[in-house]
Amino acid sequence: MLIDCPHCGPRDLAEFSYQGDATRTRPDLASTDTKAWLDYVYHRPNPAGRHREFWQHAGGCRAHLVVERDTLTHEIFTVSFARKTSGGDAA
Amino acid sequence: MAEYSALSLLKNALSGNRDWKPAWRKPDPKPSYDVIVIGGGGHGLATAYYLAAEHGITNVAVLEKGWLGSGNIGRNTTIVRSNYLLPESLRFYEFSMKLWENLSHELNYNVMFSQRGVLNLAHSPGQADAFIRRGNAMRHSGVDAEWLTPQQIARKVPGLDTSKSARFPVVGGLLQPRAGTARHDAIAWGYARAADRRGVDLIENCEVTGFLRTGDQITGVSTTRGEIRAKKVALAVAGSTSRVLQRAGIERFPIESHVLQAFVSEAIKPFVDCVVTFGAGHLYMSQSDKGGLVFGGSLDFYNSYAQRGNLPTVEDVMSEICAMFPSVARLRLLRSWGGVMDMSMDGSPIITRGPLPGLYLNCGWCYGGFKATPASGYSFAWTIAKDEPHAINAPFTLSRFERGAAIDETGHGPIPKLH
Repeated sequence: MLIDCPHCGPRDLAEFSYQGDATRTRPDLASTDTKAWLDYVYHRPNPAGRHREFWQHAGGCRAHLVVERDTLTHEIFTVSFARKTSGGDAA
Repeated sequence: MAEYSALSLLKNALSGNRDWKPAWRKPDPKPSYDVIVIGGGGHGLATAYYLAAEHGITNVAVLEKGWLGSGNIGRNTTIVRSNYLLPESLRFYEFSMKLWENLSHELNYNVMFSQRGVLNLAHSPGQADAFIRRGNAMRHSGVDAEWLTPQQIARKVPGLDTSKSARFPVVGGLLQPRAGTARHDAIAWGYARAADRRGVDLIENCEVTGFLRTGDQITGVSTTRGEIRAKKVALAVAGSTSRVLQRAGIERFPIESHVLQAFVSEAIKPFVDCVVTFGAGHLYMSQSDKGGLVFGGSLDFYNSYAQRGNLPTVEDVMSEICAMFPSVARLRLLRSWGGVMDMSMDGSPIITRGPLPGLYLNCGWCYGGFKATPASGYSFAWTIAKDEPHAINAPFTLSRFERGAAIDETGHGPIPKLH
């Protein structure tokens, strides 16, 4: 698998660190809604097919990325900076 | 379908082995059953067998999308052990070990269970402390464990680099003498044959495409071979758990599917007579009866349903085995393959009723499902038959995450790739 880092270009999988499902939203830290926290911490859609996921270019520019990838074929569709994609300043 | 025995081997040998009968029937699905087990791998077949053998429930169908034993039961590195730390795990896997010890006899099928010992190498004083603690927990629960010094290890495993100049010198090792290996295909075939002989229908090339429901109640499945009704539907589909549950309308579940690779080398003369694991990375290896070194390492560390992995993991695993056994560096690799692991959120399985009425779940095996096959089938059959868990699977609920009662052997938390 080659991941096309928007900063460094196509680099080998070995340079990247996987950080899991990028579709989850953390409940507000003040929230006491157990169901929402349960869902955030433990539950995953785990799709067979297109999957949006976080990777970090740990052995390169260290940017956090959002990668859209097919879990059946390992084909990569899009790679973008996590900061840009999430629209906020948390990466 | 006669009993297998020395006499039957001799008789068939004399007639040129032309008169062997198929080990199980190939029935068409009936319109309805008492229990449908989805998944014709080790766990599904074991479940069907114990339903029939222990609970007298023989009106059972096992539905398999491909052919029997085409998934992880034939893709693992065949290791059987019960060297765990937590009491829940120890109870469960030791129960399994005791079933293994009588399995060939019980199934009238040689599963080639070889109690050759599993040796976990420790490479730092801290790791040695942790292993000794685990060994003490095992002995406390009546499981065998022995601590070996580097000198004892050097005598037991001559090919291993136990020198002080090794990249990660060995400081000791935890041995479970009763652990070992078994022939993985034989487990699937042995359970399949034994279940079939008790009347269970094993239906291959039959994919479940949806669930039949009356209100919330699951009342059967629709398949590529038509609709089949059942009072109870049980899932034992490992890496495909999320996919099958999505067909029942459950979109989110505490499982991630990851790919795990395994490897076998060309055959060599007897080289190592126990299972050895590397503690400075993650590697487990043994030598098969044919002579090939069978080994594997960590996951590829990303979600995958592909049953094949990528090269960085291959490179990592090869560097580990060469660090342990420098003399294997020029061996050629014969084959490598991948399997899809149902990685749970705490590294422990889920064997329970639910999450819908009429549905029963057996999943979350991470990379530890093979050794669990007998106990998994036994306790799952119990849960299906009696609508309550057996003592050994009672802690392995789905609700444990919500209750904060995770059973996390390694203490990694809800990061499935690390379990």
